[in-house]
Amino acid sequence: MMGSLFEALAEGFRLLFSFDREVYTLVGTSFRIATSSTIIASCIAFPLGTWFGLADFRGRKVVDVVLNTMLFFPTVVVGHLVYMFLTHDGPLGEYRLLFTRTAIVIGQVILATPIILTMVSNSVRQADPRIIKTALYLGAGKFRAYMALLGEVRALVLLSLLAAFGRVISEIGVSMMLGGNISGRTRTITTGIALLTSQGEFTRATSLGIVLLIIVFGVNLVVYQATHRAAR
Amino acid sequence: MNLRSVLIALAVILIMACMLGCPAPETGGKPAKTPSGVPAASQGESGKIILATTTSLDNTGLLGYLLPVFRGETGIEVDAVAVGTGAALQLARDGNADILLVHDLEAEEQFIAEGHGLSRHYVARNEFVIIGPEGDPADVSSAETAADAFAGIMETKSRFVSRGDNSGTHMRELSIWKKAGLEPGGEWYVEAGQGMGATATMANEMGAYTLIDTGTFYSMEDNIDLVTLLSGDRILVNVYSIIPLNPEKHPDARLEEAGRFMEWLTSPETAELIEGFKVNGHTLFHVDVNGYSGIESD
Repeated sequence: MMGSLFEALAEGFRLLFSFDREVYTLVGTSFRIATSSTIIASCIAFPLGTWFGLADFRGRKVVDVVLNTMLFFPTVVVGHLVYMFLTHDGPLGEYRLLFTRTAIVIGQVILATPIILTMVSNSVRQADPRIIKTALYLGAGKFRAYMALLGEVRALVLLSLLAAFGRVISEIGVSMMLGGNISGRTRTITTGIALLTSQGEFTRATSLGIVLLIIVFGVNLVVYQATHRAAR
Repeated sequence: MNLRSVLIALAVILIMACMLGCPAPETGGKPAKTPSGVPAASQGESGKIILATTTSLDNTGLLGYLLPVFRGETGIEVDAVAVGTGAALQLARDGNADILLVHDLEAEEQFIAEGHGLSRHYVARNEFVIIGPEGDPADVSSAETAADAFAGIMETKSRFVSRGDNSGTHMRELSIWKKAGLEPGGEWYVEAGQGMGATATMANEMGAYTLIDTGTFYSMEDNIDLVTLLSGDRILVNVYSIIPLNPEKHPDARLEEAGRFMEWLTSPETAELIEGFKVNGHTLFHVDVNGYSGIESD
């Protein structure tokens, strides 16, 4: 078994660098979808998270608990809920989004947003509240002032993006239910692995898993470098 | 400037996403030059249909082999969502598919009787076989019929993995149990709830018996140790049909493209393609109906 694992590791590297078309389609699809989801989620979560981290209102604890619960949402539950919206007779049925990449992105945004939101709001809460006042005093606009605050906690902000990206690129529930695992369209690395395993193609499945790990390792490396440079 | 790094990182991600993400047309972009020079789909249409089909067709690679040819000829993209026949019919009932390619006669007839589908059109056939461990503890290989074989499996309480997912294969399995006058259940009867490939892989791990279509079996022969123990029973004929949707119930379905797909799939040229599709040296699907007179009325 160990032997076949090493074999798979070697095969994983070979696949990644052999420009195997099928593999690149899978990797491209996964990467594209996960990146889009993370970016859209951050567009929602940055402003909301900053506001939520600074705001003081009644019921904030409730929202806190709800947000934290959302971190634990099983991906298939999100998949199912979004499916109900996108199905032909559902509220968004007329847009015919079911079994498209867009559908996967919608589901993944729902998975990623609470992660970024909670991490941003927590780090903003811990940042020195005088930053905003100082920035405003120094003549910065409101937007610049908030950006200065986010900049102060940039390492954590980057980390939240990474956590969100990690969650969505490795999930399978949403991709399978909303994408339908369509060959060449919505087949991602994870749904591809599930299919290969079900076909008894274990070596290729393991290699694809290794391809996924190599990519995530690369992303981590870039972010690590960036946070270190940012911290300087 | 402390923010710069974060912004640079974000910008890099954004650029990557734009490179990878934005030009990710769901329809495959180019409306494709058809050999005849005819513009593919008529204007305003996306030129894409969703085909609800079964795991046994998609996982064998047949659709991966046929669909690009169809796209090349017509510019129509066919997105195949492979699930069990039961789930495929439900997708179409819910309006989430444009056409069906399935293999469960009774369920198909019911689908048509409900007014969702117009008619069944024969596409291809192969057969189901009972596979199991070489040792064959239930002595399936010497059984006369599939029903006898199943009775032997139940009697010896040998492991049997059922699809358990309302797929065409599952329904056929149930009808064999019914014919044998038995109700399977107990420790030895495992309901996988998964596709054909996954079920066969599971049976392989357990050294169990299962019912499988020859298409899937031949395409994954290298990966499993189970062997064919019984074949040839008339109840094991496996017929794939394409079913267009009823425009009255499904006015929003992309019926025109779906119709062209059906016409193409049932054409003599495509029949030749299907006959020529080989995996591991086996022909997986046959188009001729010789000797299978029961196909239309069974």
